[in-house]
Amino acid sequence: MAESLTSAPEQALVGGVLASSGLRKGLTIVGALLAVIVVWEGSIALFDLPEYKLPHLLTILQAFVEPTPKGPVYQLLLRDALYTGFEAVAGFLIGGVLGFLLAVLFIHSPLLERGLLPYVIASQTVPIIAVAPMVVVGMGQLGAPPWLSKAIIAAYLTFFPVTINVLRGFTSVERDALDLMRSYAATKAQIFFKLRLPASVPYLFTALKISATASVIGAIIGELPVGSTRGLGVQIVYGSQFNTFNPGFLWATIIAASLLGMAFYGVVALAERFLVRWRHP
Amino acid sequence: MTTNPSSSTPIIEIRNVHKVFGSGPDRVVALQDVNLTIHAGEFISIVGPSGCGKSTLLRLISDLLQATQGEIRVNNKTPHQARLDRDYGFVFQAPTLYEWRTVHRNVRLPLEVMQVERSQWGERVAKMLSMVGLDDFHNHYPWQLSGGMQQRVSIARALVFDPPMLLMDEPFGALDEFTRENMNLELLRIWEQMGKTIVFVTHSIPEAVFLSSRVVVMSPRPGRIASVVPIDLPYPRTFETRESERYFELMTEVRETLKEEFTKAV
Repeated sequence: MAESLTSAPEQALVGGVLASSGLRKGLTIVGALLAVIVVWEGSIALFDLPEYKLPHLLTILQAFVEPTPKGPVYQLLLRDALYTGFEAVAGFLIGGVLGFLLAVLFIHSPLLERGLLPYVIASQTVPIIAVAPMVVVGMGQLGAPPWLSKAIIAAYLTFFPVTINVLRGFTSVERDALDLMRSYAATKAQIFFKLRLPASVPYLFTALKISATASVIGAIIGELPVGSTRGLGVQIVYGSQFNTFNPGFLWATIIAASLLGMAFYGVVALAERFLVRWRHP
Repeated sequence: MTTNPSSSTPIIEIRNVHKVFGSGPDRVVALQDVNLTIHAGEFISIVGPSGCGKSTLLRLISDLLQATQGEIRVNNKTPHQARLDRDYGFVFQAPTLYEWRTVHRNVRLPLEVMQVERSQWGERVAKMLSMVGLDDFHNHYPWQLSGGMQQRVSIARALVFDPPMLLMDEPFGALDEFTRENMNLELLRIWEQMGKTIVFVTHSIPEAVFLSSRVVVMSPRPGRIASVVPIDLPYPRTFETRESERYFELMTEVRETLKEEFTKAV
């Protein structure tokens, strides 16, 4: 272990600064929240907005705790969030693996890359809202479990950032780093597993963070078509249908969806910090 | 260890080598009609201005590039075979350490690739890191080390699998003067201890003259060998060597040769 760089009093000072930076972080979050509240309520007052256009924050909070035959609203939303979350995670895994394999294919075959990449890009420009009902109905007819079609849509939104970023990670390897391997007469497999793969991990996580939120959106979009019975997407449909009667509920479902996305992102970010410990802070 | 290297067996032979990059209007003649013999156990420097082809020559010897014409024999084999047999360690100008590996695991990399017996890994890595004076840094990451320390790791890594030759491409070019001079002494110490053949490319005349037993002076593009200057300074070389009269005379000789080549080219 190298010698300590700071003396005891210096360490105490550093500790104090770190504590206050945690404090500063907390204050920034609280500050942002206050700003949102001010803008929200301020807009209602300024533009004289009725409840169905923009409900008061209090109304939304009340909607969360409102009792229903199946329990308070927040409990229902939690159950649906877990269901949607499950679809999102499944799609995330499928899309992540697929995207990664596609990048591996492309790095080893420039021919395939040139041939397939335009189609891959084109696939992402198709409006997912239009495609979703086809996928959901089609897969239902094939006898697939209902959550699978949503996972497929989530995978569809997930794989592209992974392919692009991982490919970039593979090609980010410097000439000298490759020559080093060649000077060892390393095999292609060794070059891949010992050089390209570890080099791509930071790039992979950049993509996974995008995919975390994208897969939640994908799962929700998959739940929007008629026929779905569970999940936050379903609740969002109900909420928008009954918005004039209960505007707080729609916003409650939106907030629940947003929290789900944030939680998923947080898990991926945590995994990144754990797996990429060598990073220069 | 102070052998007379020029009397020992040739380990690298370069005959009538040409290297051309590209074709048509973009055609660049990097090396033209290069002839050179390097002996086992020798410390030889190749010095010349930027673009004279010295790095290219090193890469031809190491089979990282192939000659357009001519013949190269390394350790009595083709450069390709020498590369497959792992007959040399290469040290690049940038340390080229893998940032996701600790110092220990970076030095271990060639042993993993070459599938050296696992039980030997720990001992060999420790020995090399000790040799370059980095015993306490096994578990550090590259970003925690200075440039000079990173290059020392790079040298340890190049030696850990005990190749007969060390090929070094301006390894100290990015370091400051003081670190560079220290590294020169360290390198000479390692050379004397291990008896490797070292081919050292540099654009620094003081460095070339201080380190080697012969200095190959190259002319600017197209690269040719202008002259080979024997350095008769005694080993082991020390701080005092740098202040000796003979050192200055030899540096001047090398410098004059280079100047001549420059004016010829202009």
